[in-house]
Amino acid sequence: MASVLVFIDVPGLPLPRASRELLTIARGLGEPAVASPRALSDEALQALGECGVAAVYEPAGDLPDVLVAAKAAFLADTVRAAAPAAVLLGNSFEDREVAARVGVKLGSGVITDAVAVAPDLSVTKSVLAGSYTSTCRVQAGIPVITVKANSVEPVPAAAPAAPERHRVAVSDAGPAARVTARTEKRVSGRPELSEARVIVAGGRGMDGNFTPVENLADVLGGAVGASRAATDAGWIEHSAQVGQTGKTVSPQLYISAGISGAIQQKAGMQTAKVIVAVNKDPDAPVFEIADFGIVGDVFSVLPQATEEIKKRRS
Amino acid sequence: MQESADRPLNIVVLVKHVPDAQFDRHLTGPGHTLDRSESILSELDEYALEAALQLAEARGGQAAGNMVTALTMGPDAAVNAVKKALQMGAYQGVHVNDESLAGSDAAATSLVLAAAVQHAAGAQGAPAMPDLVLTGMASTDGETSLVPAQLAERLQLAQITFASELAVEDVDGAAVVRARRDGDSYSETLEAPLPALVSVTDQANEPRYPNFKGIMAAKKKSIAVLSLQDLGIDPGAAGLAGSWTTVAASAPRPPRSAGTIITDDGSAGVALVDFLVASKLI
Repeated sequence: MASVLVFIDVPGLPLPRASRELLTIARGLGEPAVASPRALSDEALQALGECGVAAVYEPAGDLPDVLVAAKAAFLADTVRAAAPAAVLLGNSFEDREVAARVGVKLGSGVITDAVAVAPDLSVTKSVLAGSYTSTCRVQAGIPVITVKANSVEPVPAAAPAAPERHRVAVSDAGPAARVTARTEKRVSGRPELSEARVIVAGGRGMDGNFTPVENLADVLGGAVGASRAATDAGWIEHSAQVGQTGKTVSPQLYISAGISGAIQQKAGMQTAKVIVAVNKDPDAPVFEIADFGIVGDVFSVLPQATEEIKKRRS
Repeated sequence: MQESADRPLNIVVLVKHVPDAQFDRHLTGPGHTLDRSESILSELDEYALEAALQLAEARGGQAAGNMVTALTMGPDAAVNAVKKALQMGAYQGVHVNDESLAGSDAAATSLVLAAAVQHAAGAQGAPAMPDLVLTGMASTDGETSLVPAQLAERLQLAQITFASELAVEDVDGAAVVRARRDGDSYSETLEAPLPALVSVTDQANEPRYPNFKGIMAAKKKSIAVLSLQDLGIDPGAAGLAGSWTTVAASAPRPPRSAGTIITDDGSAGVALVDFLVASKLI
């Protein structure tokens, strides 16, 4: 059976859900193998084995810089060594850039934003901010596909494997940028927006106070999102922005609070499985697409829901 | 001002004519390509253009030998993206227009743009590498974000993406571009030698509006129209024929129908939790 190579960068333990999803999809297409741009611990190797990974590829030495150019060079060299039937990556900005450069290096077509990959490697993806679904195929080279988070339910392999380590000699990455300074931000403990299964997003109606949104997100174990109006107003940092000029999301549950749902915002939440909307304006467009809508004040509805969840859990 | 301020920069900015996201958008035809009526200059490209103009102006502008070229590829109407860029202040425009371009995927697009960038940066048809290629953070239509990275790969340019600030400085006599980028859990400063490709986010600046003077001045600026033959590219390497991916089918997502709507009578928060429990979401 042909291998399917999954690019996983820094699999901390436990393995992130998005990585387990990619490995679940890979198992449905062939024999999963992993390309990791950094050397893996024995524990990480074992965790990958439990997902059915039979082979792990690591760079022979440390990559010169942990930026896209070097990772793309490593992944392209790994594909040449492993000759897989397909390459899968996550859908983060960085993963898509690695995919982009690998595509050019190998003469391979790249498809982004996949939500499903069929055994014949045809890909279902959402386009135009979720308003269309299309079926695409790669017609040159080895298909390189980036898959959106929450596309499948991750399941462990029926039989664990003992992954074999392979070292890949990495060719020169070419001219590249380097990081000269880095400051870590305060860690919120919340999941990453692009991978979150639950998102509570606030808009103009939050009037500068995101506390009710944050509190509800925390009891649901979700991420906090925001409309552009809210980030432009400086109520919350720009990285929380969902939609056209922010992050692409596809959660199980999207709770929209104080967001009117103009067409771009509506598009940004289109691919959520379930949409809940709270807005005091009964004519807000968001109610046209909400599975459950509440015409009401976010400052009473959200805190009440938060308390109710805590009460039922205690 | 540092001594590097004397060195003129040759900057190419990619601009794209995209369907206005304010309206519903549609895929049409056998290639499932985007209906491009109701199109505008991609809002996200305005930030890249503004960044280019600021870098050039800091070094004395066009009079001091700086160059800011707005480059697009696409059918006849795509020239409107270049015209808007010229009105905003770009010094010259280039439009790659060839019927063989229709349906190009990211790989074919980056192939054509790689040749066009060098053509745009050169003089009298002699290709040259610009100091900087600036792009928006993504197009608002294709949304694949593949083209900037593929262009950097094809031209062997150092690449910095999602810059929220950028400046060109001299470091030990060599010009470098320095940029800030904000991730989810960190903020970082990146440095790349020129020539480089930088994609710019909507946090980088406040794009200027074209004023009357700019609109009048734009009428006198040149827009070079290039065919694939001018770029030395085989028509079979572009468009649907040259694409490495193909769209077999497309369909509008079934419209979401409105579900239950209630008006808060003081217990809507509890009703919300009931709904989440019934939907097995908590």
